[in-house]
Amino acid sequence: MSQLSPVIEVDQVSKRFRLYREKYTSLKERAIHFGHTPYEEFWALRDIAMEVREGETVGLLGHNGSGKSTLLNCMADILKPTSGRIVVRGQLAAMLELGSGFHPELSGRDNIYLNASLLGMARREIDKRFDAIVAFAELEHFIDNQVKYYSSGMYTRLGFAVAVNMEPDILLVDEVLAVGDENFQRKCIDRVRLFQDEGRTIVFVSHSPDLVRQICKRVYVLHQGNLVAEGPPGEAIRAYREHLQAMGEDLSEETASDGLSGVSASTEPRPGDQDVADVVSLPGVEPAPTPAAVRITDVRIEHPGAGSRPYLLPNEPLTVRVGYEATEPVDDVVFGIAVHDVRGELVFGANTETLEMPLGVIDGTGQVAFCFERIPLLDGSYDLIIGVHRHADGPVYDWRENQDRFEVMNPARTVGLVALPLQIDVRRTSGDERAAG
Amino acid sequence: MLSGREPAPAAGGPGATASSLPERGGRAEPRSHKTPPMRVITPDASVWRRTLDIWLYRELVAGLVRKELKVKYKNSVLGFMWSMLNPAMYLGVYYFVFQIVLGSGIPLFAIYLLCGLLVWNMFQTAVSSATTAVVGNASIVKKVPFPREILALASVGAALVFLFLQGVVLVISLIAFHVAPAVTYLPLVALALVAIVVLAAALGVFLSAVNVYLRDVQHLIELVMVAWFWANPIVYPYQLIATRLSQHHLLWIYFLNPVTPVVLTFQRALYAKVSPISTVHGHTNVVHILPTYGPEWYLALLLGVIVVSATLFIGALAVFGRLEGNFAEEL
Repeated sequence: MSQLSPVIEVDQVSKRFRLYREKYTSLKERAIHFGHTPYEEFWALRDIAMEVREGETVGLLGHNGSGKSTLLNCMADILKPTSGRIVVRGQLAAMLELGSGFHPELSGRDNIYLNASLLGMARREIDKRFDAIVAFAELEHFIDNQVKYYSSGMYTRLGFAVAVNMEPDILLVDEVLAVGDENFQRKCIDRVRLFQDEGRTIVFVSHSPDLVRQICKRVYVLHQGNLVAEGPPGEAIRAYREHLQAMGEDLSEETASDGLSGVSASTEPRPGDQDVADVVSLPGVEPAPTPAAVRITDVRIEHPGAGSRPYLLPNEPLTVRVGYEATEPVDDVVFGIAVHDVRGELVFGANTETLEMPLGVIDGTGQVAFCFERIPLLDGSYDLIIGVHRHADGPVYDWRENQDRFEVMNPARTVGLVALPLQIDVRRTSGDERAAG
Repeated sequence: MLSGREPAPAAGGPGATASSLPERGGRAEPRSHKTPPMRVITPDASVWRRTLDIWLYRELVAGLVRKELKVKYKNSVLGFMWSMLNPAMYLGVYYFVFQIVLGSGIPLFAIYLLCGLLVWNMFQTAVSSATTAVVGNASIVKKVPFPREILALASVGAALVFLFLQGVVLVISLIAFHVAPAVTYLPLVALALVAIVVLAAALGVFLSAVNVYLRDVQHLIELVMVAWFWANPIVYPYQLIATRLSQHHLLWIYFLNPVTPVVLTFQRALYAKVSPISTVHGHTNVVHILPTYGPEWYLALLLGVIVVSATLFIGALAVFGRLEGNFAEEL
């Protein structure tokens, strides 16, 4: 990493805001107060020095008002630093607010051109990428409608589609990913991953430790305008939490209200856990627009000892019960399950077809249970994806993700991902008589 | 090659076999490396860099102008016709009032008026809409990085496009009233356009930045424009003022107004009557309207205006750069 050249160098940057107690913007008021507008000085950033190297994904973590967004705005050249300088090498795109600059009276098509040229794209380039932008936003049929008739979801998708299709070298992302429905958030994160794989540089601002852990390789922590920590996500997040606690903030509250818990791996017990501690039951996803023959009605996760704790111990068994409802007799149905860790890595995936467990014809309601004899995992929170479809590659009847998860806590001091069965055998062959005696 | 969580079962969700799972590790080819543009963000940016930035974003000017035009006449049946109906109305009313009812000393007064009025209207619209350009686009200014001068320049550009549209009316009326333009002076019209555009851009960029801090400016400028209008020989003939001022050797004062040479050029080239014979109520006499000098005089004046305007423009960029740093917080 270190041999890669820095693409963003922040050199002793400070930013001072003036908080006017009363704002005089008219000549008369200025004359009356004779130029003495009362204000307080407030340093949003103080002597920040940091760098982002090529291909890195760097997080800026901090609570509200820590200066992280100000720093991002300075990098994007929206705010000018009061002192110091920032050197940026490469084409930079800032996603600070999706769809800012859209004009409601113009069509989606016109707005794509306008927005993309605001972001610095040449007309010819926009022509080339136009179809990709429209496809990503999934707005093929509405692209010539005026944007004022768009739903907020369509609006956001279009904004994101324009921004990511600019193909910048450096992408600055503010907490825009917090908007949109879960599918869209997923798509955003996937896109960010793609950017990472392509070797682009990303600076990501968030106050959500989980999201930062999921995406970033290196994290800077800001606190009251100062850089207080820098390092890999784990260490940085610890420092962040310590600062938050020092401030007396209720950490759990912030995590819960950050609007991102759908994507992030929330470590909190779900509401209702206290009452039915052994069963986590949630209503199924709303039915797909096309009348699906088979629908997932609910998913229940069961494990022993759940009466006393909301997590598993390593190597404990786990049962996932999938309730279904078939509106008509359906043959050739496949139920599948996938387990992902918080970084989005697939830990395990299987379905009734790969396991050679044909279900035959199903009709009415019923339940398919995936019984894991044991879960040989160490610490972590794991997301489940449940799917029902015809054959392995056939049409999907129903799909459910981001709703079911389980957590494993390792009481021992072993570290890593997998609880490998281990026994330690010590044989002393010589020189230990005294020890034995 | 999206993440392993790509929610398509066919591609590798729960139903996929191990071999068909997407590989997250599969890195894309390193992207080709051309020398990336380098950008240094400091408290102040030089005028040279500002100019360069504007040049890099020149397509945005066109894009914003297009937007302005589209938005202005969206959902109206006549659309761009409206911008032409305005001067056509002027032409009709003034022809009726001054030619038929009152009887003016200036022959074809409506056309004389239109020659000066169109270019003045363009200047006035450009400056006053540019003044509110930054404040009016606060949502963009706060969220998207781009040279903000562009907003003011786009206002000037839009006004220029309207001038061309309204120019169609002028051309039609020239043909209808059998007025032949002065061919030797026609190239000067292009130069006059350059002069007025640079001047409007200079004022627009300057005022758009000042208006962020002092919102009085946008109201003040409306008043200033009313007075400034009468400092130009648009409604009255140039010679009326010139003869009186030159008696006191004060004619130079009149040319402190940089718009005057532009207006005069338009009138000289298109109206093209320096001292026509006028017949009012049976009396025939010669009216002195325009200066009697040759094209060189106009050329020199216009070049002077361009030099002054360009200097003002550079100054405006410097001021804009100084004030721009706090736009996002002031808006």
